[in-house]
Amino acid sequence: MKTMNRQRRARLAATALLLVGAAATVALTLAALNENVNAFHPPASIVGGEAPVNTSIRAGGMVAEGSVQRDATGLAVSFVVTDHQGADYPVRYHGILPDLFREGQGVLVTGELTAAGVFEAREVLARHDENYMPPELADMAVHQGAAPR
Amino acid sequence: MGPLRTYFHKLGSPRWFFDLARPWGIGFAVVGVSLLVVGWVWGLAFAPEDYQQGNSFRIIYVHVPSAHLAQALYVAMGVAGVTALVWRVKLADMFIAVVAPVGLAMAGMALATGAIWGRPTWGAWWVWDARTTSMLVLFFLLVGLVALRQAIPSERQAGRAAAVLAIVGTVNVPIIKYSVEWWLTLHQPASFSFSSAPAMPPSMWMPLVVNVIGLYSFAGALIVAGLRNEILHRERDAQWVRERLAAGGARP
Repeated sequence: MKTMNRQRRARLAATALLLVGAAATVALTLAALNENVNAFHPPASIVGGEAPVNTSIRAGGMVAEGSVQRDATGLAVSFVVTDHQGADYPVRYHGILPDLFREGQGVLVTGELTAAGVFEAREVLARHDENYMPPELADMAVHQGAAPR
Repeated sequence: MGPLRTYFHKLGSPRWFFDLARPWGIGFAVVGVSLLVVGWVWGLAFAPEDYQQGNSFRIIYVHVPSAHLAQALYVAMGVAGVTALVWRVKLADMFIAVVAPVGLAMAGMALATGAIWGRPTWGAWWVWDARTTSMLVLFFLLVGLVALRQAIPSERQAGRAAAVLAIVGTVNVPIIKYSVEWWLTLHQPASFSFSSAPAMPPSMWMPLVVNVIGLYSFAGALIVAGLRNEILHRERDAQWVRERLAAGGARP
């Protein structure tokens, strides 16, 4: 192969520098934003006191099995959000839940954390995981004791 | 030079590309349209529904291929940008001009189908998380690439500016890919990876593979047709184009 001429080498170097510069800028910006890029506070951050109190924040986690309690007369609902690793907090909400809201499924709540540690949600979004399967397969998994996450 | 090397050299020259790429374009079109028809019917009518999402999961057969293709096309434009800036290959500049609107359509389709899926699944049309936001950035970069060419009258300068934007913008692609791993997002992590089995059964992922290959081929056909068109337009004063047109058409 012929050696690259000087002009092309200079242009290649300038192009490489452009790419490295852009990558460095973006990397530094994202590093500075750090945790603010996260869409929500995980349960550990809510329980551990890292999340601010009485400010509008987003929190996430899994809806604990058997924790959902619906008001018999109104739209009020309460449930516990957990990370299955010891951190969990109660959530209170008044409104219609998304179709995919289920016990054992992921959830993302927007609202305020009270000083008492209760999350007063204004909005509840369901979080879907990466697992897809037909209903029959899901039934089989439940019967075999390996419940789908 | 070996015959293969000669072939690639010819592919790099607009005049030779015009003739050599025609069968490629036809092949891509046939494969693309056939696979898309098979993939859509298979995915929409025959694949089983999801145990959680029901039928709304079927949008994956449009959402994933278009999102994947939008990112792949951007990386291809980045490579073309380097080729255009360093080696001054005219075809590489034409490639960016032709691919940008295709990529824009794909990114737009990924965002639109994502919103339509998000409403019943998440409960919201749009959520600002790292995945959705970085994908929106990709969309705006593509808008920029298309707009830049319209805004700068000099073809040469427009080409340079577009090449620079194509190169710089590629930084965003790995961010889209890894956003669901680096940060907490509402968007779920990838269901497919090279290192582990797919998080769905073959009855669900096989039509998806057909749709991905189909959309790639279809885009290939669009790009080849667009490039041939662009070549004719830019070389309209060249002798060979004039001779072809005088002889009754641009076909080889």
